[in-house]
Amino acid sequence: MTIRIRGGRVIDPANERDEICDVFVDHGRIAAIGRAPRGFNAEWVIDAAGLVVCPGFVELGARMREPGFEHKATIASEARAAAANGFTTIVCTPDTQPVMDTPAVAEHVNQRAARTRAARVRYLGALTVGLEGKVLAEMQALKDGGCVGVTNVERAIVDTTVLRNALAYAATAGLTVFLQSEDHWLGRQGAMHEGATSTRLGVAGIPGAAETIAIQRDIALVAETGVTAHFCRLSSAASVKVIADARKAGLPVSADVGIMNLCFTDEDVDGYDANLHVRPPLRSERDRAGLGLGVKRGQIDAICPYHEPHDADAKAAPFMLTEAGASTLDAFLPALLECAERGLFDLPAAIRAASVAPHRVLGQTGGDLSPGQPADICVFNPRAEWTASAAALASAGKNSPWLGRKLTGKVMMTIVDGRIVHDGLDARR
Amino acid sequence: MRQANIQLDAEGRLKHFLGIEGLSRDLLTQILDNAERFAPVGDRAVKKVPLLRGKTVVNLFFEPSTRTRTTFDLAAKRLSADVLNLNIESSSAKKGESLADTLRNLEAMQCDMFVVRHQTSGAAAYIASQVAPHISVVNGGDGRHEHPTQAMLDCFTIRRLKKRFEDLTVAIVGDVAHSRVARSEIHALKILGVPEVRVVGPRTLIPPQIEAMGVKVFHRFDEGIADADVVIMLRLQQERMQSALLPSAHEYFRVYGLTEKRLKLAAKDAIVMHPGPINRGVEIDSAVADGLQSVILQQVTNGIAVRMAVMSMVMGTQAVGSAA
Repeated sequence: MTIRIRGGRVIDPANERDEICDVFVDHGRIAAIGRAPRGFNAEWVIDAAGLVVCPGFVELGARMREPGFEHKATIASEARAAAANGFTTIVCTPDTQPVMDTPAVAEHVNQRAARTRAARVRYLGALTVGLEGKVLAEMQALKDGGCVGVTNVERAIVDTTVLRNALAYAATAGLTVFLQSEDHWLGRQGAMHEGATSTRLGVAGIPGAAETIAIQRDIALVAETGVTAHFCRLSSAASVKVIADARKAGLPVSADVGIMNLCFTDEDVDGYDANLHVRPPLRSERDRAGLGLGVKRGQIDAICPYHEPHDADAKAAPFMLTEAGASTLDAFLPALLECAERGLFDLPAAIRAASVAPHRVLGQTGGDLSPGQPADICVFNPRAEWTASAAALASAGKNSPWLGRKLTGKVMMTIVDGRIVHDGLDARR
Repeated sequence: MRQANIQLDAEGRLKHFLGIEGLSRDLLTQILDNAERFAPVGDRAVKKVPLLRGKTVVNLFFEPSTRTRTTFDLAAKRLSADVLNLNIESSSAKKGESLADTLRNLEAMQCDMFVVRHQTSGAAAYIASQVAPHISVVNGGDGRHEHPTQAMLDCFTIRRLKKRFEDLTVAIVGDVAHSRVARSEIHALKILGVPEVRVVGPRTLIPPQIEAMGVKVFHRFDEGIADADVVIMLRLQQERMQSALLPSAHEYFRVYGLTEKRLKLAAKDAIVMHPGPINRGVEIDSAVADGLQSVILQQVTNGIAVRMAVMSMVMGTQAVGSAA
């Protein structure tokens, strides 16, 4: 398949490109930018005038819910939703049932993903058996089975010796460990950020220290074990500094922030909207600003949706009794554009954080539009307005905190390895 | 997004009574005035008015309660409503029925009002968002969030004894962190114009940034109670010791218990209140609880009139002069 994407604003942060030009795709790869290669004959010509053409987005921690929770979502439904929203790679977490702590479970994911012509699906293996924080998972086998890293997701490993050994073993296996750090004891009773709003609402709070204490503990063990660690979903401004200091000290650490923590604060929880019940919690305005600044300064590498689709029942209860997590794939681009609009960081920085940066976290090349690279491309209309109704969400999870809101920005086309996997432009040969 | 919006109808009248936060001074005053009109009903030989005749009120209690449930029960009966008392804690919830399904079933039985107590903050607002439009919800206490009828009956008691809110100093003492009474109380007193509301307790029992609610924080008992016109003591639960918030009940009484000697630091004519049930010798000395300045039992009596007022208002049959 040969494709010419004509006249779009090409934003390719890795190559510091931001200009109106054409993109040529041939045999799954970027053939050229600007001028057509000699003898190029486009089978598909896509008119991208007024649109942005950029590297496809990467999600580092989606709950795909399969196997075990197919009533919430499936690999097929969410891989398609990812493609519809500009994602070319989506990494799923191992907190399925059974847990992905053996290659056999992971193989199921691979097979399902292969059947869906949508975003590329990768997975994180479990760091400990059953995510219970007691026995190390067979990380070497998981790696041979294709996992891109290991994680214990949000379940804190309370026993520091187990954590230290897990990190050391992951280092031996050459695997990156994805850590969502929260102190078990300070976090276990809370359901939102501890502050004036939690006090007024009478909801048990999770203090900011729950995160900084855990990150500091984890970093001390990273220093001892030499493992490459990626800190997921930072929620507090203080954490940004802890990560930056660790980097300054030369430790192999990276970090990301979930889109929710850049868009909402604890004050938004005022109406007890269960779709704002997320882990880590939405923190103060100061924290949100600090996280935005962290992205701007490059202290936070990536921005991810951390998509957690739920069925209606999971959220049909008073706030504190609902399952945590929000469906975020569909509003990701509009939310990212809004952050840029508000001046948290500029548009190329936003695209860098959503595309090239997560590729680097995964230890991969890609995420750029250099000739020869796999053609993973997102084409979006930065001015298209739409309303986030349940029907308008591509994800099976309708638990979006943006429900009912008017959003600006819509993905029009997604290309994975040179194949059009989402086409909102009705492209013609 | 504030829940105040969902408790008012299009004309600004009370549709549900979920919390004090966000309500106007006029509305709270109206509740107190209506309660004044209902108060004499309890002194009559026939303690009934026909305002809610033919209506069915369900007391939906997900958490144990004696005082609150009984006074809601009495209030509804004095308004001539039919009353159904449901202790969900020991029925549906254990059978695995979801909250939403319990509500559907009760709606199917054509009930008109739910009085709800639930151990989770925000439960009353959630239930109000789920019920059919003709049903009113009254919050009988949700987690640590609000207990609005308790706050109104306390304000009713204060107004009867002190006449004006504008020159009062009110001290709320004890476990503010876990108290829905304290939160509703703070909102109500501030809205009604009390210039100084204090919260008094150790740092482990005063929630972070509570100053944002307009109160002054005191950690020393003697300073917190000094010259107070109203002293509201909060109940201390045994669990607080187990979760390492306090060393012991003994030490608590030593530092924060209200004794006759300490009460002398308050204004001469100070009144002592407590939402009950009291722990004698833990937060309050028996001599004070049973003493002349204590109005604890008046609070209970007033609770019936206040709940009658609230129930009649949310049912759209606001009390008029002829009701009493």
